[in-house]
Amino acid sequence: MFLNIGPSHPAMHGIIQLVAELDGERVVGADVEIGYLHRCFEKESERGPYTNVIPYTDRLNYVSPLINNFGYCLAVERLMGIEATERCSYIRVIMSELSRVTDHLTCIGASAMEVGAFTVFLYMIKAREWLWELIEAVTGARLTISYGRVGGVKADLPAGFAERARKVLEDVRQVLLECDVLLTRNRIFTDRMQDTGVISKERAISYGITGPFLRSTGVALDTRKSQPYFVYDRMRFDIPTGSHGDNYDRYLVRMEEMEQSMRIVEQALDQLPSGPLNVDAEGRVLPADVMVDEAKMGRTKGFHQARVRLDPTLEGSNRGFHEAVNPDAKRAVLPAKEDTYGNIEGLMNHFKLIMLGHGIAPPPGEYYSAVEGANGELGFYVVSDGGDRPYRVRVRPPCFTIMAALPELIRGDLVADIVPTFGSINMIGGELDR
Amino acid sequence: MGAVDVSRLNWMTTRVDAALGWARKFSIFQYPFVTACCGMEYMATATAHYDMDRFGAGFPRFSPRQADVLFVVGTVSHKLAPILKRVYDQMADPKWVVAFGVCTCTGGFYDNYATVMGIDTIIPVDIYIPGCPPRPENVLDGLMKLQEKIAQGKSAAPGALLAQGPAYPHLNTGKRPPELQAPHRPEAHL
Amino acid sequence: MITDTLQDRFPQHLLGAHRYRGQETVLLKREGLLEVARIMRDEPALAFDFLMDLTCVDYLRFGKSQHSAPRLATPSPLPYYSTPKPTPERWERSVPHAEYRFELVYHFYSTPHNHRVRLKVPLAASDPAADSLTGLWQAANWFEREVWDMFGIRFAGHPDLRRILLYEEFQGHPLRKDYPANKRQPLIGPTY
Repeated sequence: MFLNIGPSHPAMHGIIQLVAELDGERVVGADVEIGYLHRCFEKESERGPYTNVIPYTDRLNYVSPLINNFGYCLAVERLMGIEATERCSYIRVIMSELSRVTDHLTCIGASAMEVGAFTVFLYMIKAREWLWELIEAVTGARLTISYGRVGGVKADLPAGFAERARKVLEDVRQVLLECDVLLTRNRIFTDRMQDTGVISKERAISYGITGPFLRSTGVALDTRKSQPYFVYDRMRFDIPTGSHGDNYDRYLVRMEEMEQSMRIVEQALDQLPSGPLNVDAEGRVLPADVMVDEAKMGRTKGFHQARVRLDPTLEGSNRGFHEAVNPDAKRAVLPAKEDTYGNIEGLMNHFKLIMLGHGIAPPPGEYYSAVEGANGELGFYVVSDGGDRPYRVRVRPPCFTIMAALPELIRGDLVADIVPTFGSINMIGGELDR
Repeated sequence: MGAVDVSRLNWMTTRVDAALGWARKFSIFQYPFVTACCGMEYMATATAHYDMDRFGAGFPRFSPRQADVLFVVGTVSHKLAPILKRVYDQMADPKWVVAFGVCTCTGGFYDNYATVMGIDTIIPVDIYIPGCPPRPENVLDGLMKLQEKIAQGKSAAPGALLAQGPAYPHLNTGKRPPELQAPHRPEAHL
Repeated sequence: MITDTLQDRFPQHLLGAHRYRGQETVLLKREGLLEVARIMRDEPALAFDFLMDLTCVDYLRFGKSQHSAPRLATPSPLPYYSTPKPTPERWERSVPHAEYRFELVYHFYSTPHNHRVRLKVPLAASDPAADSLTGLWQAANWFEREVWDMFGIRFAGHPDLRRILLYEEFQGHPLRKDYPANKRQPLIGPTY
């Protein structure tokens, strides 16, 4: 018998179609049809300047958009050969880990709901709401935040952020404790989760599976540890691993990872240095609050080899030909909105970065950068031909490889086991289909 | 119907359609057609923090035959469009459609080969909730507007019993009347 | 050093190799793909157990857009911020764009050695086909289906080469540079 599940099915959060071949209640084979949310991320990226890609990256893995933002920015920065400042890297770590917690909360909450534990779903969404409010205080948006910038971040942390974050993390810990009590030793939950969706270490590696899913099989692979980026090498945290490679181990790994992420946030808040936030297109540090074109204002003190000739009146026919008035390639980061709307230099700088042919232009080359997304290794492969728009942007979507293994995961299990297995994959349509 | 002290009333008069509309607007059985990012905000709106249940819309039916409001939440691609149409056709009258998020309203910032430029090119829509994704407050506002519409007995569904006539007579012809056609948009930046 | 190992073992298959921004790239002839990939997986000194990513790049318009021309050279004594930093590294594709329009890009990762390498296989526009790696890595299955869907590159030996993200009725391969970004082919509804 063939059983068609999806594309619009309550247990399929996201839209995929699963045609399962059944023998009685056992699944003997399956065919997965994806692509219902194909939104042409890669084609859209080629159409505009580098900065334009950032909002599209929000909508890849929309449960943890900050990690996508920073992953893309990191790839472009490395392609340009520039390095973000220390404070910026710390902020990126903090925000990435908050995002990871929201992702795991959503994943566990949704899959718990699907096996019948609706209370846990409500609790976890409540905790996610607190985190979103915290993220909103920093980025200005709840979900699609566009906070990352090539060479920096959009804005600094607001005043009193550290205290507020610590308070929120305490509350989230409380919620996790409650959910742990409700789920971890719950007979119904363990019966549904244990020994379902099992995959071996070797098969998982062959499928290219990474992240919590791989770690549940016992491989301690985490890009944050193995090839550290930002300032993860200064953080102390453990990589939780399972041993059975089943749904229950994946649940436990995610629960533990949330605790580890919160520890990272607390350490980063303790170590957070002060200093400049953003760098310019050639990797030089610019103070965050200086938006005024220094040379144009005549403040050239300390400039190396600066030669600025200004009109005595700053007016006249040759006003547009000052050698120093050259915001081109000066900054990589878009100026803050208050500068764009508040002063002429900010506006010019914004305009010059947005205008065609004048934005960020990495030299011809290619770079593949990998960050640890909530589902596994999130890679961005960027190819530049020297122009101001990416020649090619490729995302390595973490849940794509896991979904490829779905037929093997559910083979031999009961029909009802499809639901927790699919839940523990944490399929995100935007990332899967791009 | 206004604020009436019901405990002191023995009887009252109303019109049948008004009474029906009043009853219907607080028993919205919704079918969430969740596809993308907006689903996250849909979850946030439906759960305890913002609590859609206050408006009688707390109970999603996962069969279109039992639902009367279709929430289309998130981008609809051309691959998905026939499925959306089929789900809509399976719903029984009276039915309403909510376009949740800007992708369902107009296509949003996805203007490319795979995406549908607004679900109203496929099915009639009653309420548009723009935003990418809309905030929960925005969603609740849209829900209240939908309630008003339900109470008045209006629906965009063609041939619906409640409606005065098909609101989109051109829908099945495949051609838009000239006044509804979008202006030609040359490639702005290609 | 991965490059050196491969260069020593397969001089006949290699088209070139380079290092850019700390990442190693090896260019291969497509005849040698299967053999080299197998050695990369099985040789203990290389041990690339992960096929992390597989994609393709269409070089049809590389460097041809009006905005990819070199920036206007400004006279030398410049204000400090617009002095171009000398780029110590230069990147080149190593094969002519006209001859090889497509390029398959494989990213490998090795857990035991914690190193990565990028393998590239240039393909001519007239015969975009390569060998499938599904026999070596399960991950290749869906990745290759995606490359077929988006670029129209055939993989010999693939068990089930169907479209994956788009639908069977779709004509053409959208990530090719000559496919217009908003050319719609709807199943139902209007074409705008």
